[in-house]
Amino acid sequence: MNTPLRAAFRAGLAGSLIALHLALVGMVEAFNKREIIQDTVTLGQLLLLGVSIGTALYALQLIPQERRATRDGWLTALVSVSVVSLTLMLLSLAIQTINLRFMFQNASKELVRILTFHTPGVVGLVKLWLFILVGGILGVGYLFVPRPWNRVLSIAAGATLIMGVMRSIVTPLLPDLLVDALYTASGLKRIGAVVLFVLWSAILYTYPRWKARAQTLQTLEVRLGPRTIPLPVFLGIVVLFALPAILREEGSYLFEVLDMVGIYIIMGFGLNIVVGYAGLLDLGYVAFFAIGAYTMAVLSTPELPVVREFLTQTIGRSTLNFWEIIPIVIVISLISGVLLGVPVLKTHGDYLAIITLGFGEIIRLLVISDLLKPILGGAQGITGVARPTFFGKFVINESWEYFYLIVITIGIALYISVRLRDSRAGRAMKAIREDEEVAKAMGIDHVAAKLSAFATGAVMAGLAGALFSSRLYSIAPHSFNVLISINVLCLLIVGGMGSLPGVVVGALALVGLPEVLREFAEFRLLVYGAALIIMMLYKPEGLWPERARVSPIAKEVFGDRLQQLKIE
Amino acid sequence: MLERLRYRLRYISGTDIALWIVAALLLTMIVVGSYNILTEGRYTGRQWLDFVISGLAQGSIYALIALGYTMVYGILFMINFAHGEVFMSGPFTAYFLAEYLKQKGMFQSHPLLALLLVMLLSMLVSTVIAVSLERLAYRPLRGAPRLVPLITAIGASFFLQYTFRGLYTPGFKAYPEVEPLKGTWVFFPNSLHLEIERMLIAVFVSSVLLLILLYAFVQFTKTGRAIRAVAEDQQAAALMGVDVDHTISVTFAVGGAAAGAAGVFYALMFRQVNYFMGFFPGLKAFTAAVLGGIGNLPGAMLGGLFLGVFESVGPSLFLEGLGVPAAYQLKDAIAFTMLVLFLIFRPTGILGERLAKRA
Repeated sequence: MNTPLRAAFRAGLAGSLIALHLALVGMVEAFNKREIIQDTVTLGQLLLLGVSIGTALYALQLIPQERRATRDGWLTALVSVSVVSLTLMLLSLAIQTINLRFMFQNASKELVRILTFHTPGVVGLVKLWLFILVGGILGVGYLFVPRPWNRVLSIAAGATLIMGVMRSIVTPLLPDLLVDALYTASGLKRIGAVVLFVLWSAILYTYPRWKARAQTLQTLEVRLGPRTIPLPVFLGIVVLFALPAILREEGSYLFEVLDMVGIYIIMGFGLNIVVGYAGLLDLGYVAFFAIGAYTMAVLSTPELPVVREFLTQTIGRSTLNFWEIIPIVIVISLISGVLLGVPVLKTHGDYLAIITLGFGEIIRLLVISDLLKPILGGAQGITGVARPTFFGKFVINESWEYFYLIVITIGIALYISVRLRDSRAGRAMKAIREDEEVAKAMGIDHVAAKLSAFATGAVMAGLAGALFSSRLYSIAPHSFNVLISINVLCLLIVGGMGSLPGVVVGALALVGLPEVLREFAEFRLLVYGAALIIMMLYKPEGLWPERARVSPIAKEVFGDRLQQLKIE
Repeated sequence: MLERLRYRLRYISGTDIALWIVAALLLTMIVVGSYNILTEGRYTGRQWLDFVISGLAQGSIYALIALGYTMVYGILFMINFAHGEVFMSGPFTAYFLAEYLKQKGMFQSHPLLALLLVMLLSMLVSTVIAVSLERLAYRPLRGAPRLVPLITAIGASFFLQYTFRGLYTPGFKAYPEVEPLKGTWVFFPNSLHLEIERMLIAVFVSSVLLLILLYAFVQFTKTGRAIRAVAEDQQAAALMGVDVDHTISVTFAVGGAAAGAAGVFYALMFRQVNYFMGFFPGLKAFTAAVLGGIGNLPGAMLGGLFLGVFESVGPSLFLEGLGVPAAYQLKDAIAFTMLVLFLIFRPTGILGERLAKRA
């Protein structure tokens, strides 16, 4: 443990580095354009406030527990955030005196104005210091507010701010009258912020009682044919299907975002089988997505004379429609999954990751090259991909209409994932993940288990790709780079490897959020990278970890010792 | 005799046969393609020589980067996926010094001194990035399951790329030209009349010098011996009084310095720097490390040179011979195919190394 002063400087140094990074990378300036609460706070300021709160909490973490809620705690937190503000002050002074912009593109006068609240001279620097100090006080204040309230208030504040940030998503869901009362064109009104904050506090304070009542709700069931499903799940499904039709007018942007999230969820379920269940780290997963997308595009576009000629000769028609291609997509991605799986059967761990990465890159380079241009359209890509039709009349065009298709595909992928997880084949995959040698010795057919994992994952990615290209109407090879594999891997890791709800949580957080935060787009991969490192360092099991399934017999035999066994 | 054959045949699985068929097919393609192009005589001997020389220069850069991969793998058994970004960070930062010196006129008056300064800064930045990466991201994860550090390294790779993109610029920056390294040198003007670009020679010679220097460092100094001891057996080394943490930091530092130097060579050869410039050279240098047997220093150097030449000669030699249009587009694909084939068929590399069997 550290003395308070040392702790303060250590945390202050860490906070300073993060604040400097955020400022110089350009995040503060880019985020400052978004007002969260009218005339009060912008997203950029919130970012700095977050760093300051984090610094204070980290400083408190570094000193002994019994000294935290004393004067020492206050001093430590406030000194640490003062170090952060000192760094930022020095930065703004440096920007004003020397031309830092020669090197750092974001070290602009605008950044100084943001940091000093548009006030020149010493007053501006003092304002900066006070602002950062507020963060420190909020951080240390968490310890001094009595028990349920500190949680309630901080979560309520967070929820209010999130509702402000997510304006474009929240507003279509609310009646116009309410939207006008609470929101401005970019964020919340002051009065709106206060109302939401009070409302959230009230809800969260009464939540425990509410939860007890909700538990009885969960026991209610709805009969669907021979099976029963819980009422909340049923209601959720009903809402999921009713919402697009109701909101199709004002929510077209919402559904564009949700479609992308949905496509990533399908891929997430697929990669979850490969990485989460079977433990095969596949960095070339985008290859299957590309194969699905290209199969759909090549067979349905009116371009590409070579393919048209071939199809006319073999089946008498020059193009196929969406529903005819879907089974072909399934078969082709299945075969390619097995083909990729065979060579890597004997490799493990990081070598496997690099091989799959290599495969993904080879496929991308082949698609771009002139060699396959007559078949795959080369670097320009393909346009005129088929849209799904029903009975030759009703065409699916809009993003809310695609949403139904995507939700149904997610449902199928989820069903397969759940059944696989609980089946013998799924347990065989998990056994291989835990220890391949032992699994083999137990008589598990590792070839079958690995290949079926690859194939199932490939089919899901292929379907996602087919939906993607059809929805976009056109595809280009550069949208199938290694970053997609990394995105999918990220959402799995953030959500929790092997966990199905984790995939949904991860996709909403990593795909949905950046789509909503347009300013964020540029920093998306920066944040992904940081998220991967932080998750691996502090929470490798993910936000929504997979729960180990324990058989009743094991529970009886091992009882309380199960937890210990798992750790070993 | 027949008994033994039958016994061995029993342990050949269907996948083995399928793999060997694929390998045989590829090999036939290479042979047929090369035969076609050589009999056709599309290129002169001098052109082939040019391909080889530029391949060697390129390969020596790969070798310098591969050193970092191979040393880290030798010690920690992890693929430092972010090493390509360590390679990028140095020359991208040093670009600003180069630009400053150019504006002040030093690149015109003392070009080689200026170049040396730029190079030192680049090495310094890469070293700092590599060491802090190890300290902040990898050290807390020592002893974690093997996929955990790899995923961290992937995260670090993207974090660094986009950090530098945000800090400096998303665009390309052009490196200043060095006057004495422009143009060509002619060797044996009377007999052979070999005309070679000065830049290629400079890059190749200084890379090889650096490689020898680094190899000597690892082989003959006390710190180098500590590095080898830790790679051999961490616990035993610790018991003998080697500071393991410090040694690992030094390893990252050496790898970082080599990558920083390679970065400047790369920037001089291609005249530009960019935040993404580390990704593909990084992957290829990893390929080079695998070719030479990962964990094996001379192997990485040989692997780098071999890959450089193969990649430079390959498209014209056997792809054009097979009638592939615009074969140079598939240069990277050749390198990656080689990576995949080696990882599958001979993960121990050309020279072979005991370390690889733990992979």
